[in-house]
Amino acid sequence: MSYNYPDSSGHFEQFGGIYMAETLIPAVEELRQQYLRFRDDPEFKAEFAYELKHYVGRPSPIYHARRLSESLGGAQIYLKREDLNHTGAHKINNAIGQALLAKRMGKKRVIAETGAGMHGVATATVAARFGMECIVYMGAEDIQRQAPNVFRMKLLGATVVPVESGSKTLKDACNEAIRDWVTNVENTFYIFGTAAGPHPYPMMVRDFQCVIGNEAKVQMPEMIGRQPDVVIACVGGGSNAIGMFYPYIEEKGVQIIGVEAGGHGITSGKHAAPLTGNAKVGVLHGNKVYLMQDENGQIIETHSISAGLDYPGVGPEHCLLKDLGRAQYVAINDDEALNAFDSLCRFEGIIPALESSHALAHAIKIAPGMDKDKVLLVNLSGRGDKDMNTVARIKGITL
Amino acid sequence: MSRIDTTFGKLKQQQRKALIPFITAGDPSQQLTVPLMHGLVAAGADVLELGVPFSDPMADGPTIQRASERALRNGMSLRGVLGMVAEFRKQDATTPVVLMGYGNPIEAMGWEAFAQRCAEVGVDGVLTVDFPPEESHEAFEHLQRHNIAPIFLLAPTTNEARIEQVAKLARGYVYYVSLKGVTGAGNLDLSAIEQKLPLLRKHIKLPIGVGFGIRDAATARAVAKLCDGVVVGSRIVQEVEDSSEKNVVANVGKLVKELRQAIDQ
Repeated sequence: MSYNYPDSSGHFEQFGGIYMAETLIPAVEELRQQYLRFRDDPEFKAEFAYELKHYVGRPSPIYHARRLSESLGGAQIYLKREDLNHTGAHKINNAIGQALLAKRMGKKRVIAETGAGMHGVATATVAARFGMECIVYMGAEDIQRQAPNVFRMKLLGATVVPVESGSKTLKDACNEAIRDWVTNVENTFYIFGTAAGPHPYPMMVRDFQCVIGNEAKVQMPEMIGRQPDVVIACVGGGSNAIGMFYPYIEEKGVQIIGVEAGGHGITSGKHAAPLTGNAKVGVLHGNKVYLMQDENGQIIETHSISAGLDYPGVGPEHCLLKDLGRAQYVAINDDEALNAFDSLCRFEGIIPALESSHALAHAIKIAPGMDKDKVLLVNLSGRGDKDMNTVARIKGITL
Repeated sequence: MSRIDTTFGKLKQQQRKALIPFITAGDPSQQLTVPLMHGLVAAGADVLELGVPFSDPMADGPTIQRASERALRNGMSLRGVLGMVAEFRKQDATTPVVLMGYGNPIEAMGWEAFAQRCAEVGVDGVLTVDFPPEESHEAFEHLQRHNIAPIFLLAPTTNEARIEQVAKLARGYVYYVSLKGVTGAGNLDLSAIEQKLPLLRKHIKLPIGVGFGIRDAATARAVAKLCDGVVVGSRIVQEVEDSSEKNVVANVGKLVKELRQAIDQ
């Protein structure tokens, strides 16, 4: 297989594209040209590498979760520790890459959408780091769910704008950020948080996040003398997952599993799993993807315990990987994710983000049925500090 | 000859400019949409833009967002909108109707089925905000097959190469978005429109309508002097929102009459 996507017009076969209003088309075209110009520029690459090493703290380690693995009695679970990054999640990798590009394009104002708040925090962080004005759009419901992150963004000097329209979650924050961009297109850079949206975002975000998988491909042979049997990551829009998966696409021996948010269960309809739930192809936020919608093409409200996965679409490259059969996609329900969250706390002393707990839950599910010499590499995309309020509420505890 | 071409041809002979009001189908209620359409025509509208509500109207400001939400709550769907056009055509065989909205409801229905139904019910043009020419090949093919005009947007940020590209694909008229921003924004810059128009005219031989940010008789008149048609959306939708169901047809009619007089002065 020679895998080479997207094509020059930003398509991953039928997926992707640039489905945007005319006012923004020149902006995404400018972004595409500038990104293509700088991505292979030695100076840009060196600066990106420097920031990842000295500011983010990369490479992030891989950790063998021995006690957890022993308790399951099957495959060995290894964790790629993106939770140890500065700001506590993989989001910073992409935010730095885009901020460096914004700087070169002379844009002094950056905007972002955020769900769980991790991308908002990452964007607020790099805006402070590079001296840019920062506006973050966040659904009013998510502001409730993720109060600590809202405070962090404000400490970092960002303006957090609550979005009251629609379902008041991530998709509505995207809508509002797009409205800002269309209004302020000349001085504003939209730091988009996931590997979705109009071309070149799915490609660019993937490229910035590939540091995850590229490091793992070096680290795993150092630790165990070979590559893992399976790589697993959670998928909302899918940026941490594509960052882990992409470098492994041509490694035929490595199975790839993306884990979507099953919410109350796929059959309940209350979930955020367009791939597992066999959603129809549709167009939203600049790209054609599998999209949760009703029979009239209206986007339906999604549900997940984790704000970062609570999104009706998914990045176009995941849609393609599903169709090609190169990656498998499964769903993990809220309660399974919570159990995995507890297990990692108790067995390993690591508090994972609820998003990452979905990936972990699937590893916990399949490990017992596998031989002890098999290796599962889970991308632990973020830490769980932000989820204290949510978890406490579910456990009936007042903080 | 299509209804759109006939209408603009007639206006040109009379040396008048087109008034193109926009309403969201199903707002304030499904029952009032067809009466509102007839009311718009009676008040002096030349072309009707009928908004197809979408759950995620990314290019729209708060006024049209709220209208979309009301319409969806009222059970409005793309198929329902097409039914309304059929109803409208029973009494009006001449006024062009353009559907305006986002691509996903059409994708869900299928472009061929949609285009065929448009032809059956008497839709004349389709404007899909989030489908630029680059992504409109399939749409264009089906619309052309059924003689439905694809209407494209041009913006202050559009460069000459793209204007040429749109000139090749567009039918009916071209809709120039007069400001950088969402619908209903208030920062209209007349001199910027005036500066852009010669470049548009160089390539676009179709009539050019201008919209976004036209809020009153004075701006409508000023814009009409520069182009071939004036599109008024949020101001009318605001009037719908502010009116009781009993008065909405009369109030909107009165507003459109004022705009008509301003444009004809």
